[in-house]
Amino acid sequence: MEPVLRIEQLTHTYSAGTPFCRNAVEGLDLTVYRGEILGIMGHTGSGKSTLIQHLNGLLKPTQGHIYLNGRDIWETPSRIRQVRFQVGLVFQYPEYQLFEETVYRDIAFGPRNMGLDEADIDRRVRQAAAAVGLPEEVLERSPFELSGGQKRRVAIAGVIAMEPEVLVLDEPTAGLDPRGREAILGQIREYHRQRGNTVILVSHSMEEIARNADRIAVLSAARLLMEGTPSEVFARADELMRVGLDVPQVTKVALALQKRGVPVRSDVYTAEELRRQIRALRGGGVC
Amino acid sequence: MLKDITLGQYFPGDTPVHRLDPRAKILCVVLYIVALFCAKWVISYALMALVLCVCVLFSRVPFRAMSRGLRPVYIIVLFTAVMNLFFTAGTPVSDLPVLRHITVEGAYTAGFMALRVILLIMGTFLLTYTTSPIALTDALDSLLSPLKKLRFPVHELTLMMSLALRFIPTLIEETDKIISAQKARGADFESGGLIRRAKALLPVLVPLFVSAFRRADELATAMECRCYHGGEGRTALHVLRFAAADGVAIAAFAVLTAAMIVLRNLGW
Repeated sequence: MEPVLRIEQLTHTYSAGTPFCRNAVEGLDLTVYRGEILGIMGHTGSGKSTLIQHLNGLLKPTQGHIYLNGRDIWETPSRIRQVRFQVGLVFQYPEYQLFEETVYRDIAFGPRNMGLDEADIDRRVRQAAAAVGLPEEVLERSPFELSGGQKRRVAIAGVIAMEPEVLVLDEPTAGLDPRGREAILGQIREYHRQRGNTVILVSHSMEEIARNADRIAVLSAARLLMEGTPSEVFARADELMRVGLDVPQVTKVALALQKRGVPVRSDVYTAEELRRQIRALRGGGVC
Repeated sequence: MLKDITLGQYFPGDTPVHRLDPRAKILCVVLYIVALFCAKWVISYALMALVLCVCVLFSRVPFRAMSRGLRPVYIIVLFTAVMNLFFTAGTPVSDLPVLRHITVEGAYTAGFMALRVILLIMGTFLLTYTTSPIALTDALDSLLSPLKKLRFPVHELTLMMSLALRFIPTLIEETDKIISAQKARGADFESGGLIRRAKALLPVLVPLFVSAFRRADELATAMECRCYHGGEGRTALHVLRFAAADGVAIAAFAVLTAAMIVLRNLGW
């Protein structure tokens, strides 16, 4: 697998040199591979948001380096804007950043900053709107008269329209109802399937990460706690729970079954997988 | 970056200055300002500086914090000083080309002017450094209450003040967030001429205003849910009471002001 982003010994200190100084991220190593969906988990204050703001150069590492396609992004600080077009970052509650008169113009803000010509901007805006499921007629409306879920789609489209190599989403489903959540996640999966771009999904919902990510990185207290495929990570469910993270309901069921002597594996994280295992145990019968 | 702004930040503490009744402190500052504007010559300015130093020492607010707060006004101080230096009529310092425009009187006025502005700002800063914003608005509410008889909305005014103060950190944080989000979309705040830079701020200001209105709306609802209905018949959690120390402080500053008026008439 080819690495697209490589984080090397990243440390970030807030309020350095004052009595309030603290490390939000400490000595973190992580590699993101091209074309994967990487899930980043960790509870509030574990350093997730600080980490992802380093990926597009919004924050400068106190120590350590970020390599994008093998080049240190801070090698030429004047080119940091180019990095921001290559690593698109969607903030938490991105709907609060909307400002334009029409949805179309708001989505076009990023591409326009890239200095593209009108035809290219138009194509990108329409494609990005379609990718997040915004109907054509919404494009001419004011973003402020849309519903909360639609506003969020507009904001995500605004980043997708820059066609970044790596799309980073910080809690894209926070504050949405279950249907809105599933819709947005489905669209992100579909976007990833069609373009094959790298996606980094930050969340504290285990279910969400388990169902969508190829690989998971778990942060705890400013450090990388573990890293691996969902089954590798959820196999260490007890460790996750010890640092105050939740595991998927299905994993909990599997653990409870294990305790009662049912020989299922604890690295399951989907209901289908658990059903398959139980069926196998019962000798292929229907359960 | 934006978080580093000092806006009369409160330094918590338990010193004689902190313990004074906020109303007494406001009255003292008013007397101090009057005294400062009466100061005319070296002796009276020295006395004022001494008074301020004693107060700062009592309050245990570090001098560094006081001078840091002065940073934004240095330019104004410098500007008024230079203006006074060159544009005061009187006897020139010397006949040399540049010095010909500087007069002895100008030099004195420039020095006194700068000193007056610095003492003025430091004095008022001491008030905000040692008094929490809530105590300050409570004190204003109480001091201005006689105006209620003239149907002046004192309570509404002080409520607006405390709300504004309370939302400053929130809005600063919000601004930081919006700036980051727009930078992530390639917004460029650092290059271009004045007009381009002003235009570049639009993507920050619009969301900021929208969220400020949303917050105001939510706050109004929350207050109504808790049956807020204005100042009528409202009791305070912390009732302000004058103590002996407050009387002494006010008396001391009244004496100071009187002394300054006397010194002024003596030409000192």
